[in-house]
Amino acid sequence: MTSYTAEFDDIPGTRVFTASRAKSGYALNQFCMSLMKEANRERFKQNERAYLDETTKMSEEQKQAVLDRDYNKLIDLGGQIYFLAKIFATDGLSYLQAVSTMTGMPIDEYQQMMISGGRSPEGWRSIKDGN
Amino acid sequence: MARITHGLTTSHIPAVGATIDHGRTQEPYWKPLFEGYEWTKAWAKENVPDVIILVYNDHASAFTPAVVPTFALGCADEFPPADEGYGPRPVPVVTGRPDLAAHLAEGLILDEFDLTLMYDMPVDHGLTVPLSLVYGQPQAWPVTVIPLAVNVVQYPPPTGHRCFMLGQAIRRAVEQFDENLNVHIWGTGGMSHQLQGPRAGFINQPWDHAFMDRLIKDPAELAQMKHLEYVREAGAEGIELVMWLIMRGALGPEAEELYRFYHVPGSNTAVGHLVLRSVETPA
Repeated sequence: MTSYTAEFDDIPGTRVFTASRAKSGYALNQFCMSLMKEANRERFKQNERAYLDETTKMSEEQKQAVLDRDYNKLIDLGGQIYFLAKIFATDGLSYLQAVSTMTGMPIDEYQQMMISGGRSPEGWRSIKDGN
Repeated sequence: MARITHGLTTSHIPAVGATIDHGRTQEPYWKPLFEGYEWTKAWAKENVPDVIILVYNDHASAFTPAVVPTFALGCADEFPPADEGYGPRPVPVVTGRPDLAAHLAEGLILDEFDLTLMYDMPVDHGLTVPLSLVYGQPQAWPVTVIPLAVNVVQYPPPTGHRCFMLGQAIRRAVEQFDENLNVHIWGTGGMSHQLQGPRAGFINQPWDHAFMDRLIKDPAELAQMKHLEYVREAGAEGIELVMWLIMRGALGPEAEELYRFYHVPGSNTAVGHLVLRSVETPA
């Protein structure tokens, strides 16, 4: 890991999509892209497990995180949000709805936070500096 | 010769496109956002350029994980709206400007910007939402468009400085085009927002305002800002703001602010919008 990449780890609650994560998440993100086709979305919805087993080379951990719709885990495992968006679009969820699940806040509370001006930067800038 | 006379920046939130497409712009949640573009819509009717160079980022629509071009210039006759997972947006096909695009490709590559050239490329909300915000819902877009897609998805994206220099090179290349064309350049994306992790929902209003001020008055210094500061102060997806520096570089040293709008929230995002005039070129 270069110092460029390492510096981002000081930002709380954030994973930037580095070339290294792109490599480890390649099969996962390509699975997401497959959901751009209506026929694939239908097949996935009919039997998610079978679709993952038959059409992807994802790790078991990645497959389970897809089945669980655990987006924080998926990002840790090399997923990127614009690719992952194909999963929640297939589920009929908006960005707002899907993104809120990563914060641990109920959707109404998250929506209210956004209407009130969004998450304040205070305390969310740096782990090291605690600000 | 061709000249870049004006620049425009705007966020390109997908939910904004869906709201326009479903006729919901007058709902209380959305109304203040769309009202913020009324000035621009009126201005744009009176100031139709021949071509817009539209800087945006693709969101896993044209580019799969298999290929990650840093700068990709659209050289085709036309660009269809992408199916982003729920069918293409009901918006007109975007008409390209292949003669100027070919000229830009040559000028910029010889100027040492190693672009990827795209001859078959669908365009997603990153490009079509700004067009909808400015031109509404016409049968056909009133302008031709040269898309310039920038990687801001996989790190590292280009530096702000590289983006600013590319904008300056675009200005030089446009001015070497023989035909008399009025060219506008748009920089899209931003402002502060984060769509991932426990920090999602991050918004930094004072920082966004300062960014707009510095973009207009002191872009060369702003261009020195590191990626780390964008992510720390504007959220993970706030990195899109490097694209605004391409627009600003293409306006020349001095730019006049004609209009500014800022609104929170648009879905998960701080909406920022500027209309600028290049002071070097006649009003």
